[in-house]
Amino acid sequence: MDYVEIMGRSISKGVVEGEALVSHKPISFLGDINKEGIVTDRESDIYGKSIKEKILVFPTGKGSTVGSYVIYSLGKRGILKGIVNRECEPIVATGAILGRIPLVDKIDISKIDTGDWIVLDGNKGIVKIYKRN
Amino acid sequence: MYLTKEEEKIYNGEYGEVLEMAMNLLVSLGDIYGAERLIDISSAQVSGVSYKTIGEEGLNFLRDISKDDVKVSVPTTLNPAGMDLSRYEELNFPRNFVKKQLDIIKCFKKMGVEIGCTCTPYLSGNIPIYGDHIAWAESSAVSYANSVIGARTNREGGPSALASALIGKTPLYGYHLDENRMPSYTVEVEAELEDISDYGILGSLVGRIVKDEVPYFVFKNGISGDKYSKLKALGASLAASGSVALYHVEGITPECRMNKIDIDITERITVTKEDLEEEYHRLNTTEEKPDLICIGCPHCSLEEIKEVVDFIVKNNIRRTGFKCDLWVCTSIHIKVIADRMGYTEVIERAGGKVVCDTCMVVAPIEEMGYKNIATNSGKAATYLPNFCGSNVIYGSTSEVLKKGL
Repeated sequence: MDYVEIMGRSISKGVVEGEALVSHKPISFLGDINKEGIVTDRESDIYGKSIKEKILVFPTGKGSTVGSYVIYSLGKRGILKGIVNRECEPIVATGAILGRIPLVDKIDISKIDTGDWIVLDGNKGIVKIYKRN
Repeated sequence: MYLTKEEEKIYNGEYGEVLEMAMNLLVSLGDIYGAERLIDISSAQVSGVSYKTIGEEGLNFLRDISKDDVKVSVPTTLNPAGMDLSRYEELNFPRNFVKKQLDIIKCFKKMGVEIGCTCTPYLSGNIPIYGDHIAWAESSAVSYANSVIGARTNREGGPSALASALIGKTPLYGYHLDENRMPSYTVEVEAELEDISDYGILGSLVGRIVKDEVPYFVFKNGISGDKYSKLKALGASLAASGSVALYHVEGITPECRMNKIDIDITERITVTKEDLEEEYHRLNTTEEKPDLICIGCPHCSLEEIKEVVDFIVKNNIRRTGFKCDLWVCTSIHIKVIADRMGYTEVIERAGGKVVCDTCMVVAPIEEMGYKNIATNSGKAATYLPNFCGSNVIYGSTSEVLKKGL
């Protein structure tokens, strides 16, 4: 099967694969996503969707530093599998590393659509995109 | 980022999962901020201690990271917790909160962190030398260490400070480098400042303008009296209303005295008496009487405790004198000296409490029924309305104490 391979930067180690859920808006993990992994921020372009077992693709993080612990918890409970960012900032980086959620950034996320199959290699900083169609 | 052979081994998990995670965190943060390598630190100071701020997720993380018996590798102290760790019953802290808070403390203790929960570690033994690289998280302590002591730290988060404590290193970027320690604003203070609370007002005003940049203060009338407590109040307030991690004061702070500061390129701000009065009114959000008077954000020095004692003695206040609760917050270290000086006895005979390990911002005061808080702290005045849903009565130490009579 054909895939596109993009080289990014390794932020949090580990290898994982899964279906992409793409948001084009910055996400705050304190308030925007609940404990079960449902997006509760009404302003979000993925409002109401579940991030469960998805590779969450979004440009960057924002908001309170307590967000790091929320991401940790989502990872620990197996809800959030992997993260792809355009530009990772410290709050999301910290949470992903604590929660052992593989994370690669410096990726052109416009090349990824919701539903694409993603193979995320956080050790090498590589994202493979298998288009849905 | 360049890693030594030994650092690479830690990164690759040869020394266990906890250190691997800590190293991954430092390396990734270093990459994000453009650090070339790691640098040794002489001490760490870790935030994210109160159950109120880190919640169940934070507690679970600490349980996780402390379970393998990995210890910190440099002297490490803790930020304030959500309660007095000895007198929580007497002070009516909610039972469930107490249990969770004690669990958090147990995790830190297991890792070899000193359980002297304070935002003023520099008053109680965690004292860097000029030029030392450190990894501190409490914003007011970061400000004091960078500015007044001339040590070097970025504003760390709780987890990154803990990772640094475990590894004994921090990524070399930001305020660790000379070129990032130059000021971009000159602040000429024309107004004459007296009380500690005036420095809080000044910090609140200037922090809002300079945001995360470095201000250079010129006090036209100098700084009189207890310089340390005043600079402590100024830095805390600058870090709360803005996110200032470093400031300089002409003729006073070490980098200025050593002529390391280049002030040619800076923008200028002048602060007059009127500016401070306006800011004073901004900080006051209610005309009502306080339910709680709180002195000691950041934690009181011995001199600040003495100011409260002098007020009580001068006004001959007895047990029923204060119509509301009074907390004088400090570290357990300073409290021991206050006990020996007889200060604690004076305050407690007048109905107040000398409270250790916590403060009005990170304690669950809203759950305890406190709504109107009187404070002499610019930092507390900034955080209380949003963080605790409180109304603020701001003023000098004697002004806020008078409000409780």
